[in-house]
Amino acid sequence: MTEDTTHGRPSTEVATVGEERYPVPDPGLEPHLPRLTDVDEKAADRATRQVATFFGLVPVLAIGFAVVYFAVPGDAYIDFGPLRANTRNLLLGLTFGLALLFLGVGAVQWARKLMDDREMIDYRHGASSSDDDKTYMLTELNKAANEAQLTRRKIIGRTLIAAIATILLPMVVGLADLGPWPTKKKRAETIERTIWAPGVRVVNDVTFEPIKPENVEIGQLINGEPANLQDLEGSEYQIEKAKAAVIVVRMDPNTITIPPSRETWQIGGILCYSKICTHVGCPISLWEQQTHHLLCPCHQSTFDLGDAGLVVFGPAKRALPQLPIAVDAEGYIVAQRDFLVPPGPSFFERDSRNDFKRGDN
Amino acid sequence: MAEPAATINDDSAVTAETPKKELGPVFKVAAGPTKWLDDRIGLAGLGRPFFRKVFPDHWSFLLGEIALYSFIVLLLSGVFLTIWFKPSMSEVEYQGSYELLRGITMSDAYASTLNLSFDIRGGLLLRQMHHWAAMLFVAAMLTHSLRIFFTGAFRKPREINWLIGVSLIGLGLVEGFAGYSLPDDLLSGTGLRFVDGLIRAVPLIGTWAEFFVFGGEFPGELIIPRLYMVHILLLPALILGLIAAHLALVVYHKHTQYPGPGRTNGNVVGYPVFPVYAAKAGGFFLIVFGVLTLMGATMQINPVWVFGPYNPAEITAGSQPDWYMGFVEGAIRIMPNWEWHIGSTTWSWNVFLPGIGVMTLFFGIMAIYPFVEAWVTGDKREHHVLDRPRNNPTRTAFGVAAMTCYAMLWIGGGNDLVATQFHVSLNAVTYFLRVAVFVMPVIAFLVTKRICIGLQRSDRDRMLHGAESGVLDRAPSGKYSERHRPISEGEAFALTQHEDLPALLPVAEVDGMSEKEIKSEQRRRRATRFYFIDTLRRPTRAEIEEAAHHHLHPMHLEGNGEHHAIEEVEEEEHHLAR
Repeated sequence: MTEDTTHGRPSTEVATVGEERYPVPDPGLEPHLPRLTDVDEKAADRATRQVATFFGLVPVLAIGFAVVYFAVPGDAYIDFGPLRANTRNLLLGLTFGLALLFLGVGAVQWARKLMDDREMIDYRHGASSSDDDKTYMLTELNKAANEAQLTRRKIIGRTLIAAIATILLPMVVGLADLGPWPTKKKRAETIERTIWAPGVRVVNDVTFEPIKPENVEIGQLINGEPANLQDLEGSEYQIEKAKAAVIVVRMDPNTITIPPSRETWQIGGILCYSKICTHVGCPISLWEQQTHHLLCPCHQSTFDLGDAGLVVFGPAKRALPQLPIAVDAEGYIVAQRDFLVPPGPSFFERDSRNDFKRGDN
Repeated sequence: MAEPAATINDDSAVTAETPKKELGPVFKVAAGPTKWLDDRIGLAGLGRPFFRKVFPDHWSFLLGEIALYSFIVLLLSGVFLTIWFKPSMSEVEYQGSYELLRGITMSDAYASTLNLSFDIRGGLLLRQMHHWAAMLFVAAMLTHSLRIFFTGAFRKPREINWLIGVSLIGLGLVEGFAGYSLPDDLLSGTGLRFVDGLIRAVPLIGTWAEFFVFGGEFPGELIIPRLYMVHILLLPALILGLIAAHLALVVYHKHTQYPGPGRTNGNVVGYPVFPVYAAKAGGFFLIVFGVLTLMGATMQINPVWVFGPYNPAEITAGSQPDWYMGFVEGAIRIMPNWEWHIGSTTWSWNVFLPGIGVMTLFFGIMAIYPFVEAWVTGDKREHHVLDRPRNNPTRTAFGVAAMTCYAMLWIGGGNDLVATQFHVSLNAVTYFLRVAVFVMPVIAFLVTKRICIGLQRSDRDRMLHGAESGVLDRAPSGKYSERHRPISEGEAFALTQHEDLPALLPVAEVDGMSEKEIKSEQRRRRATRFYFIDTLRRPTRAEIEEAAHHHLHPMHLEGNGEHHAIEEVEEEEHHLAR
């Protein structure tokens, strides 16, 4: 019924017009039913009063807003059961919000109850332009091209296209200084290193107090930073902090696995790992003391600090980089050197062959 | 299509009334300035095509309006916020009136946000309104797009407007993200940290993109000024331009309408812009504005002073993006940890695929769907009457499947909260979602399709056997049956004015077609069978007449289910053969 199936080509007109399209004839618009407000003058008056009341409340509320703005002090609070709100903020919002709402509700009520609600019909035209318009445009376009001598002197058109294409180049080149170029050298100075260096003390990240091994209890986790972070300021401080943050944990050496190559990286079960998740770089902080697992609150990657920081769950792939630590002459924990691998999330040029993997030792 | 005006009764269809010759008071007052303007810009001529333009009425058409109005609220409240917000990452010591943070070093951006919240009268109200409006903007756009999808309003000639809409949703997400990253509190900084990880993970160019976006290493001191420019200039300008184009096309195409008596593909039935829509739409704008203001007054959102300034070494548990980023967050969370280490390079699929990949897939599928469906149906005609979702079961099922997939990802975005609130294992939730994100959409597809076909059957039943009257008859044998009343002509028209799209058998005769054409046509026909083979056919005029004839016999009882089943199998075969 709908297609020329013998040739299997879709015709442009798929469905036929007429009886099959409408098995039930169009009865036309349903008759208009009058509303209560159309037939009952009292109801119409009531609706009018409602609309006028809504509109009439708007100036009251608007003035109320101004009064609240100047009269209510900023430090007044409303305590009402579980609700605690700044009085001024609440009242400003209530007066302004209700004024807007009433204006809107009044207008809608007016339209629904009192404005003529007989539906109107508008007829559609096809979206395409008329044949006349098309013919006119094509003819004139052709004429215009001739008048511009574009058809005769084709070289103008070709060079114009090339010129427009290349004029974009300066705009693109102009963006090349958006940031420093991460060349191999630049990467080695930035994302592939931190400010940890031999002899840098591990300090508490809030108090900047250095840490002595005997003050760290089994099961305890300390958020640490390198002591030399304090020398930095502003964005440099933030950049280095975002890479150098560490956690110092003490676990019972008998309950954890320390690979032979990392025997000398710890002090009697005190280990130091990068705090920055190897997934997308959130600082990891949820410490499960009994299992030695460290969970990232962003995407739930879980690392086993009792097993060289390997991933036990979640979207992270690489183990947490471990910082080799020792004790300095005054008995404080210090770094032996910088991390062996860049801490933080993966990037394309990152050489991930040296990261600790399951089965390494 | 039928002649639209032929059956219209003059009483019910009233066209624009010509204004009375005597000018009312409004006209007299306006005559001076109006004439002045008209002499210069041709006011009457400009307004004439729009003044009495007709728009159809339906609650679902309000969804797009909510999106538009919340965008206007965003512009208004945003302008207010820019007056005090300082998009700078330089460090200051906070000395404002919020005592718990006094004396703490923080960025100017965060300090000025605190200042807005505590020291500028109405600042907190406007901040909260702005945030709520952003949430509503994206939510309204998404639900609006669902309405468009399920009613087939994306069909010709509205494909371009669909694409504009898809772009608007995409821009809305980025705009929202840029906005909530600006205060430089701990939560927004965590969001930026994630974006840094996401950008870095792009194979080949990731590190370059990261350095170019952040002006060097994360976090640097440029990202907030840059995002500010993007948030208040670049994206709003793009969004505004696209909204203008979106609305211009709505005006040009005239609004679609739901099927009903008197509604045809060639007309549009509704109320005029003046006075009804001026009052209704204008009023609705004020209602949206008012509700957002009340939300800003009474519902706390993004209390940045609780989170503290950004510190790259700190985080809080339960950190999450705004809701509309939840599906990407979920994809990131449930992704297995696939990462390649090839030579001295790292290919971070665990971040790239769920981050960039899922967003590309989401918007890509949305963008191409209208063209896929047009290819399957081979339909080149314009459509202005909306489909009822049940009448295209496969499309509806696709839509629900996509929503289900989105929902699974969205749940994944809060897998930690699901685990803590429902006391289940976080790992179990994650493993479940890894499977569910693929399996649940398939189940949703099948179930939705069957529900649609069931609804079609009930429509067909109503057409042929009438509506239930609530009156029970007892036959002499003791059997009960319910008496049915014929439905109104108008309803019958509405139930049957959609078309049956054919499921096509493979091409049999292939003369005049090249190998390639045959292949493509066979593929298309396979797709039509997938789409339409189990769609219920509408009753024909003959069937309707026959059913009406049956009803003349008062003792006739409704056929049993078995009879129906056989009838429908025959119908389907018949359908296939066409």
